[in-house]
Amino acid sequence: MHFELTDDRRMLADTLNRFLTDTYGIEHRNKVAYEAPFHDPAKWAELAELGPLFALVPEEQGGFGGAGFDIATVFEPLGRALCPEPVLPALMAARLLAAAGEDLEPLLSGATRYAVALGETDAPYALEDIATEAAPAGEGWELTGRKSVVYGGNAAGKFLVAARAGDVIGVYEVDAEDAAVTGYGMIDGGGAAEVFLEKTKARQVLADAGAALQDALDFGALALCAEAVGAMDVTYDMTLDYLKTRKQFGRAIGSFQALQHRMVEMKTEIEQARSITILAASRMGTEEQSRTVSMAKNLIGRAAKLVAEEAIQMHGGIAMTWEYPASHYAKRLVMIDHQLGDTDHHLEKVMAGLQVA
Amino acid sequence: MDLNFTPEETAFRDEVRAFLKDELPSEVADKVRAGRELTKADMERWHAILNARGWLAATWPKEHGGAGWNAVQRHIFEEECCLASAPRIVPFGLFMLGPVLIKFGSPEQQKAVLPRILDGSDWWCQGYSEPGAGSDLASLKTRAVRDGDHYVINGQKTWTTLGQHANKIFCLVRTSTEGKPQQGISFILVDLDTPGIEMRPIKLIEGGHEVNEVFFTDVRVPAENLVGEENQGWTIAKYLLTHERTNIAGVGFSVQAFEQLKSLAQQVRRGGKRLIDNPLFAARLAQIEIDLEAMKITNLRMLAEAQKNGAPGPESSILKIKGTVIRQALNDLSRRALGPAAAPFPSEDLEGNLAVAPADHARDAARYFNNRKISIFGGSNEIQKNILTKAMLEL
Ligand SMILES: Cc1cc2nc3c(=O)[nH]c(=O)nc-3n(C[C@H](O)[C@H](O)[C@H](O)COP(=O)(O)OP(=O)(O)OC[C@H]3O[C@@H](n4cnc5c(N)ncnc54)[C@H](O)[C@@H]3O)c2cc1C
Repeated sequence: MHFELTDDRRMLADTLNRFLTDTYGIEHRNKVAYEAPFHDPAKWAELAELGPLFALVPEEQGGFGGAGFDIATVFEPLGRALCPEPVLPALMAARLLAAAGEDLEPLLSGATRYAVALGETDAPYALEDIATEAAPAGEGWELTGRKSVVYGGNAAGKFLVAARAGDVIGVYEVDAEDAAVTGYGMIDGGGAAEVFLEKTKARQVLADAGAALQDALDFGALALCAEAVGAMDVTYDMTLDYLKTRKQFGRAIGSFQALQHRMVEMKTEIEQARSITILAASRMGTEEQSRTVSMAKNLIGRAAKLVAEEAIQMHGGIAMTWEYPASHYAKRLVMIDHQLGDTDHHLEKVMAGLQVA
Repeated sequence: MDLNFTPEETAFRDEVRAFLKDELPSEVADKVRAGRELTKADMERWHAILNARGWLAATWPKEHGGAGWNAVQRHIFEEECCLASAPRIVPFGLFMLGPVLIKFGSPEQQKAVLPRILDGSDWWCQGYSEPGAGSDLASLKTRAVRDGDHYVINGQKTWTTLGQHANKIFCLVRTSTEGKPQQGISFILVDLDTPGIEMRPIKLIEGGHEVNEVFFTDVRVPAENLVGEENQGWTIAKYLLTHERTNIAGVGFSVQAFEQLKSLAQQVRRGGKRLIDNPLFAARLAQIEIDLEAMKITNLRMLAEAQKNGAPGPESSILKIKGTVIRQALNDLSRRALGPAAAPFPSEDLEGNLAVAPADHARDAARYFNNRKISIFGGSNEIQKNILTKAMLEL
């Protein structure tokens, strides 16, 4: 047993960390993350050139990774930098296109940005609840429905949309220009969109996509867990640093035991979060993939909220300001729980697994 | 033991309710319910309506134009206002400076300042905190040096809430460096138009502008603006802290937030089911309801105690701690209830057809982040625990 990354993965992590530290500092990040198009298209191209997208898929599909630990390796640095580039939608789209045996080159090279449109107003997390309909039309298909809060949808060229034809949920590709797309920014930076489909022209990618969609969701959730671990580490360091330097009552506030114990609790939860993410990464591609990812996403939801709230509280007023980076980390950490299933959604999934003998 | 209001108290509550129904402008209440930013005019309008009824200055005695209410009446009024989504009364002039001047001010100061707070001629803000002096307020450094019949002020205040609307600021300043830090502090009134003052906005976590920094460079303030004696400022500040403490639990806010949350959980659907029918969510909601029911009684018990003793004791720190924890838990749960719909940056564009969240809830995440402040300001919850440790534990 060991917990070291392979040399290849370590190199990729180093490259990404260096690129993001050097060119995607928090000031730049805050400038691009909160203004349309809510990311930096030039940096997206540079990032894609470094190859992290290729790390998201296995060799058979033209990549050089695709395992759970590859995903974690890519997303942890993105989390450390609070990077708003739409890498998560690319990962999920890649899983779906790969499942359909399609050409991934335009996606992996960064040339085409995809968004994956699953959630709806009344079906934010659970696939089985979605109502968007697919109907055959001539050679192709037409989709009708509304997809809500589609991450990266504001800057996507193509959408992969989950829609039902009768009882069967499939995946359909829609060109952004064929749909009515309203993009907007997010409270924690980055962009999303409402996608209105009204007999919108579509191409069927997967007729019966239940398993492929669950797989894409699992990989997406794992990525969010790794992102959160990266962001939590930075938030923890920032808070610890502040406790050492901020003085009140003539001493560093870090000298107060009331705060010391809470730092230790924070650290404990972060280590637990790291562990469950490692566990989930190790189980990708096994039968326990989904349930373990749900465990991870549940724990991450709880830990990230604790870290965010405690970091603000222990900083005092300063972390309530836009100017101070911890506020942006806190927002991202809390809002990760609103993506791809929250703590309760995943708790229910883990609970359901209890009943399987 | 009788937990019911007396007939007089019930009559008073009905009177307040009727007044709110008739007089609270619905477009202002709509904004409050949805957590939208109020304009200066909105707040001034509500103040004027309350003032016309004589209900603006709840804590002031009648002879100064106050409502002359006792603690229970104030509690009833505050709770009813919250339930009706009335704007919060801007506290700095009315609940902070007013009581200070009534207790420590000269008759001239009272005459010059109090009526202008009531009629809205002046908007006061609170200049206590400094970049280096937060929890440790007594370490404040902004200097006021006597020069003839003026004080000359140099330094910086920060976190000045709604300072952008204000024309006046009351400050704690250092007038002596002798003895203990608490002994060299004075309380002074400053006109924000005085040369040498610069105010800069601070943007908060959710993007709003409600606090500011204020810089003082050789600001000359007439000596008669000093309140009380020179170097008596700490006593005044401590007196004010106890006054800040009446509605400290924010029970009204919580009751209102709970009602809104319950209704939200009935509107939100996951698959074919209402969120409130989801056992995990319902459990969270019920848990908060239990805490809130207890909090109402804790609040009333301490209110009764304060009524008896004339002032709230250190136990009011319990109200601050638990009250803010409950409010924050409610904000947290509303945000969760929305799922992904909580995540868009609030904007006017996302309304009507494009609305992502149910009406009145587009700003729930923003409100959650903004309300992290309530356990930090007015004495952080850690400081409240230190107070309780000293006062109760006798270790
Ligand atoms: C939105 C907002 C509005 C505000 N409005 C105003 C205003 O209008 N006027 C005004 O004067 N001020 C205002 N304040 C300032 C507020 O009162 C201070 O933020 C507060 O006193 C805390 O000080 P600080 O932020 O410097 O944190 P610090 O005092 O630096 O505290 C940092 C952390 O250390 C903890 N800590 C400090 N001392 C101890 C101790 N002895 N034991 C254990 N823990 C400790 C704190 O609890 C906190 O967790 C406002 C603040 C905010 C955020």
